[in-house]
Amino acid sequence: MNNKNTHPLVHISGINKYFGEGDSRVDALRDIDLDVYAGQVVALLGPSGSGKTTLLNVIGCIQEPDGGHMALDGDVVYDNGKWLRSDLRALRLEKIGFIFQFHNLLPFLNALDNVSLVLELAGHDKALARKRAMELLLYLEVDHRSQSYPAKLSGGEAQRVAIARALANHPKIILADEPTAALDSERAGIVMDLLRKVAVEQKAAILAVTHDEKIFDRFDHIFHLRDGKLDE
Amino acid sequence: MNLAYRDIQHNMGRFLLTCAGLSLLLGVVLSMIGIYRGLVADALTLVRTPAAHIWVVEADTRGPFAESSRIPGDTREAVMRLHGVEQAGSVTYQSVETVHNAKKLRVYVVGYELNRPGGPSHIIEGRAIAKSHYEVVVDRRTKLKLGETLRLGSYNFAVIGLTDGQVSSGGDPVVYMALKDSQELQFDLAPSAARLEIARGNTPDNSDLDTVNAVLARLTLHASPDIAAETVRRWKHMGAMTQQEQEDILIKSVVEKARKQIGLFTTILLIVTTVIVSLIIYTMTMDKIREIATLKLIGAPDRTIIGLIVQQALAMGVIGFTLGALLIMSTKDNFPRRVVLQPEDGLLLGVAVIVVCILASGLGVRLALKVDPATAIGG
Ligand SMILES: Nc1ncnc2c1ncn2[C@@H]1O[C@H](COP(=O)(O)OP(=O)(O)OP(=O)(O)O)[C@@H](O)[C@H]1O
Ligand SMILES: [Mg+2]
Repeated sequence: MNNKNTHPLVHISGINKYFGEGDSRVDALRDIDLDVYAGQVVALLGPSGSGKTTLLNVIGCIQEPDGGHMALDGDVVYDNGKWLRSDLRALRLEKIGFIFQFHNLLPFLNALDNVSLVLELAGHDKALARKRAMELLLYLEVDHRSQSYPAKLSGGEAQRVAIARALANHPKIILADEPTAALDSERAGIVMDLLRKVAVEQKAAILAVTHDEKIFDRFDHIFHLRDGKLDE
Repeated sequence: MNLAYRDIQHNMGRFLLTCAGLSLLLGVVLSMIGIYRGLVADALTLVRTPAAHIWVVEADTRGPFAESSRIPGDTREAVMRLHGVEQAGSVTYQSVETVHNAKKLRVYVVGYELNRPGGPSHIIEGRAIAKSHYEVVVDRRTKLKLGETLRLGSYNFAVIGLTDGQVSSGGDPVVYMALKDSQELQFDLAPSAARLEIARGNTPDNSDLDTVNAVLARLTLHASPDIAAETVRRWKHMGAMTQQEQEDILIKSVVEKARKQIGLFTTILLIVTTVIVSLIIYTMTMDKIREIATLKLIGAPDRTIIGLIVQQALAMGVIGFTLGALLIMSTKDNFPRRVVLQPEDGLLLGVAVIVVCILASGLGVRLALKVDPATAIGG
């Protein structure tokens, strides 16, 4: 793809992750090498239990790998068996946007506030945060539901609000775990087109776990995970 | 954006219900303290009303309230001759039980010499006792009305004046009457055998009908109560104490046990409150695990998450306390005993509640900080 000559936004090599000890040990990720560049939308495919979510968690600095090397946006964040950044949460706030299979919106905030919260957390003042949040909802065509609480939104609306939230701080890396699972195929297509637009316009790298064969054609790359091992 | 407030807003009904429950608990704590203060106030009203400087009582007793004291009725004349004494009056104190309007009524009868110290200090309705027979000034709490007749022993008394807040240390409303009436009443109510002895003048200490329980004296401006009391103590069969000593005795003998009891209860209730608030906060946090994980995932700092929990705990405490205080303030007059709510007690309890809430949120905060952000993802 383009930009291959610049540094990748996600660069991991030799990443391992196991759960448990001894006989019950599960090798969720084995010696994973993966690069994702700005503007790329890549899919992560694999049977259940193959380690897809675990891989997203590791890239999102939510779970600590067991050895390997990882750099995000040019910064080495994990090497020699330890994190090199002390404040992983601030790193997430700044660089990473998450989209989950289930929207994970905060139930006690309306759509608009769910989005403006991350902007406020990033230090924007209230008015600016709300303004930008509203723009994002408009961009995702859910602005008419800005005052609704998550419980009152349809699956597709909630997912679009969640995407708006993931995009709010202009993250360089967007990690999506089955973002279209709760949507019909038409909506799924729209969401994927939208992610592609974001990747191109904002020069972001998007890594999405999916089972959805209908949208395979919308990815630049498809990686297959099987028993914790990756092949292209 | 205040997450604590937004979450509360979203679960308003449940939150208010919790606050209401807490308010009952804190109301009980507050009324406990109020009852204790009322106890002290009640115990001291009778001692303070005469505005005396020294109390002359039977030797080796701590009378007339903490222990019984009987002295001859002519003691007052001797006291009057003491240097520095401006006014003196004999008084009697006795608990009397009677029946009024087919209801049992316990009163505390104070007999005093008209126009001498010992009578009611302030009459809210009617007038003071003018003739020395069969008139009484009673406290509002007897529920008696002006003009009613009160039967004590075998005598009928006309209610001619009302006082407010005059009760014995046991909480019984006070009935004031002339000294002579009270002495007759004392005689009338004495067990018949003793009465016979007294009538014959055959009591061991040779007392006759003219016995009083104490003589109280007011001193001139520059006289020293300590010196006056010291002088009386040298008299045969007489003891004396200053106003301050009398108050100390009452507080010690009457209130000390109640203070310990109520102090213990208050402490236990505060501990119970801490445990309950802890449990509430803990369950509230448990219910929010997923939201907390999401917050961590999107990059919210610990400060935001701790704020969410601690602020909710504080809001609960403050609202619960306010409701509880309002509840007790609006119902305190219906308590059988006086409830005295002092602003400083309320303030102290308020501070205690805040401390309790902060302590109690510790458990929830610990849980929240341990939440793995991966919990938010699932699947
Ligand atoms: N916290 C954990 N503790 C123990 N084992 C785990 C944990 N998380 C994942 N695993 C194991 O690691 C392996 C990979 O799990 P992962 O969730 O990454 O699979 P997945 O590819 O996302 O599956 P699915 O398609 O069902 O979501 C599985 O065998 C799983 O049981
Ligand atoms: Mg998964």
